[in-house]
Amino acid sequence: MADHDDETLAGSAVEKAEPQKISAGTAVIPADPFENPGEPQHHIRMTDKDPAEEKRAARQVSTLFFASIVFSCLAVAAYIAFPIKDGDTGSIRLNNLFLGLGIALGLLAIGIGAVHWSKAIMPAREITEQRHLTRGSDATRAKAVEVFELGNKESGFGRRSLIRNSLFGALFAFILPGVVIFRDLGPKVDPNVVLRHTLWKKGMHLTLDPSGTRIKAADVTLGSAFHVIPESLLDSEDLLEEKAKAAVLLMRLKPEDLHEPEGREDWQYNGIVAYSKICTHVGCPVALYEQQTHHLLCPCHQSTFDVTENCKVIFGPASRPLPQLPITVDDQGYLVAQSDFHEPVGPSFWERDRA
Amino acid sequence: MSATTESPVETHEVGYAEQGNMPLRPAKGSKLMGAAANYIDERTSVSGLVKEVGRKIFPDHWSFMLGEVALYSFVVILLSGTFLTFFFQPSMAEVTYNGSYVPLKGIDMSAAMQSALNISFEIRGGLLFRQIHHWAALLFIAAIGLHMLRIFFTGAFRKPREINWFIGFVLFILALAEGFTGYSLPDDLLSGNGLRIIDGMVKGIPVLGVWISYLLFGGEFPGTAIVSRLYSLHIMLLPALLIAMLGAHLLLLVINKHTQFSGPGKTNNNVVGVPVMPVFAAKAGGFFFIVFGVIVLIASLFTINPIWNYGPYDPSPVSAGTQPDWYIGFADGALRLAPPHWEVVWGGYTVSFNILVPIVVLMGLLATVAFYPFIEGWVTGDKREHHILDRPRNAPTRTAIGAALMTLYAALWAAASSDLMATHFKLSIDQVIHVMQFLTVVGPFIAFWITKRVCLGLQRKDREIALHGHESGRIVRLPGGEFIEVHTPLTEYERWTLVSYNEYEPLMVRPNERGVITPVERVRAAVSGFFFEDRISPVTKAEIEASHHDSHGAIDAGDSHH
Repeated sequence: MADHDDETLAGSAVEKAEPQKISAGTAVIPADPFENPGEPQHHIRMTDKDPAEEKRAARQVSTLFFASIVFSCLAVAAYIAFPIKDGDTGSIRLNNLFLGLGIALGLLAIGIGAVHWSKAIMPAREITEQRHLTRGSDATRAKAVEVFELGNKESGFGRRSLIRNSLFGALFAFILPGVVIFRDLGPKVDPNVVLRHTLWKKGMHLTLDPSGTRIKAADVTLGSAFHVIPESLLDSEDLLEEKAKAAVLLMRLKPEDLHEPEGREDWQYNGIVAYSKICTHVGCPVALYEQQTHHLLCPCHQSTFDVTENCKVIFGPASRPLPQLPITVDDQGYLVAQSDFHEPVGPSFWERDRA
Repeated sequence: MSATTESPVETHEVGYAEQGNMPLRPAKGSKLMGAAANYIDERTSVSGLVKEVGRKIFPDHWSFMLGEVALYSFVVILLSGTFLTFFFQPSMAEVTYNGSYVPLKGIDMSAAMQSALNISFEIRGGLLFRQIHHWAALLFIAAIGLHMLRIFFTGAFRKPREINWFIGFVLFILALAEGFTGYSLPDDLLSGNGLRIIDGMVKGIPVLGVWISYLLFGGEFPGTAIVSRLYSLHIMLLPALLIAMLGAHLLLLVINKHTQFSGPGKTNNNVVGVPVMPVFAAKAGGFFFIVFGVIVLIASLFTINPIWNYGPYDPSPVSAGTQPDWYIGFADGALRLAPPHWEVVWGGYTVSFNILVPIVVLMGLLATVAFYPFIEGWVTGDKREHHILDRPRNAPTRTAIGAALMTLYAALWAAASSDLMATHFKLSIDQVIHVMQFLTVVGPFIAFWITKRVCLGLQRKDREIALHGHESGRIVRLPGGEFIEVHTPLTEYERWTLVSYNEYEPLMVRPNERGVITPVERVRAAVSGFFFEDRISPVTKAEIEASHHDSHGAIDAGDSHH
């Protein structure tokens, strides 16, 4: 702090001495500029003219501060007076409301009091302070350069290139373990393999989400839709991870409405089709089924899939059709999967189409 | 002050007496304060700081408070957040809820969700503090946004404040990151879906995407790690960075001193305003309590993020009309606007342009914002320091660029509510999306053109007023029979505000000292032309004099088109 005065003085000296050095670029400098008329006359407040007004303002400020004390105490009282009763949401609402109002009014009274104090009582006359160029004075900058040069000379940083370059190498290398160590943030298995498989397999029963009851084909009436999970899901260790891949929507349409591509004619059963519920865009559940149009809509980004056309994308940002789960019935008439999905479900990824 | 040494008499005054001022001389009834101040100063030399900063001048304008709102809401976030950490359990371990909120009793959820419910339903004031924290976060980001707009449209980012603009931009990004990580912590259905979308976006990144997602979530989505990892970021790393950046931001503010609007008595070489001690300190300190009080008032009256209505995260259900917190809306909206089938397989590898293009658009928008001061500085070549703010109309192209960027942001943001617009206004979702796609691509150009025309029109109006004064509405018949409207002349002060602004002309390409015109210089000249081709020059003294002689002087005299 001690030598700050010198610096600022020197700074303004620089400003005066070398204004022509600073380029104004393509700015137009007026040849005959207007004179700055200087500060307009100061506006006198009522509290400046009338001592009674000033006294009144002072009383208002202290009243606000006293009010703040009262409100803060009321907040404490509200904390005690409005306890939370088990299972009673109304008591939570009251606690929240009155505790909050007490605190809020206590704070606002302090704030408004302080601002009122500053505006009505403290001197309102504006003060002018000079600015200085932000850059250090030439002397200071020369000193700084000297410091660096001295440091360079004494350490030999510029001259001893072997030391310097090996240090750069070391500083780079020492980061590497810090990067590598993050590998075990995830398990050892390759995600590209894991993402290809779900819990579905040959003979796995389709069950209702979340109860886990099996579904009889005969119970799936025309036009209905079911949220489905694999039967083994509820016993799974990684319930949410598996559900995030295996969730399925089951719908029944008139068989003649379905236009299945070649080779998939037998993936449905009597017009009952099962499609992955995980959007191929960024993975939200495609939860909305429009019964009349047979469209599936993702509520997150409005990708729309046409169930009659093998769930191809007809609108929205998704690119791929929802993967179909091949289904059939077991000998008791319950719906089962024929196999796992034949492609990865959910959002696309770099190696998705690699075999 | 280290020179102060122990001596038997009046030790504490030696240092100041030499400098000829004694700021710490005890006043009546404040002997204790004086002793305390002396004690501290002899150990910290803080008096130098007080002397330096205590009477620093701050100019006053309502728009300068936007940054203050951001700062104060950040303090509220720190205070309320610390309280929440005493109760929140950042764990995804599965528990069966058995708390006092009846509808969720017996439902499996993570410990994080359970503790968030317990904060809301078991702890007195817990819900209040959760809501204070959330509302303060929303206000924090909103205030940062408005503060940035103020800085942008007044040109406060010009030299020497370009670096501070960039630091402010980093603060904005950190605030978004804080918002998103915090939003994800309760592990409720909405936040889980938000994370699912992040997972899907990350997987769309070429080559590394799957691995980044896998490491981030500690395995397959959703895993059991993400909440505690985001918690570490949310309460430690991101706040530490925020505080460090905020420190740098405020330090540079003090070093550069605050900008001020043009006006009589205000020059590029001075600051006119009130001193820190006592007026600004009282105003700003009081304002902190007002901001705090308003946040608490909102939190006690309005529910925010009722996680108990959403239930715990489950990958299968989702409700119609899912919405992110508003500040993430522009990113979510960008995702919604990609047309179908923008995914290709090249050489066996999947490239998801439906994700990459929105990401690139967002990055482009953010990068333009981050680097705008450097771009404008390069175009004008103006190396002078600028402490007088521009009125937005006096920098028409900058203002128009700002309006264009805002329109792009607004279109993306509105697109995040495309489904709600469709259901509320009974439109088809296809129509809404197509309109939004159109607005995203064409809207910024329209906004640019309109804004620039409006600015130029306002500048013309200013010229007219500066030259001829205000219309008085009084019609007078001259002896010759002619009718004229009497104009009241401007005061010197009024005129100064209208005529004192910076003007730039387009850059003329000139060969450099080696006689060549570099391609970079050609680009710069082209951009400079784009910026300054249409411009209205400020009124000159000569024009004012001419207008006194001939009250019907050409208004458009300064309207030069090159």
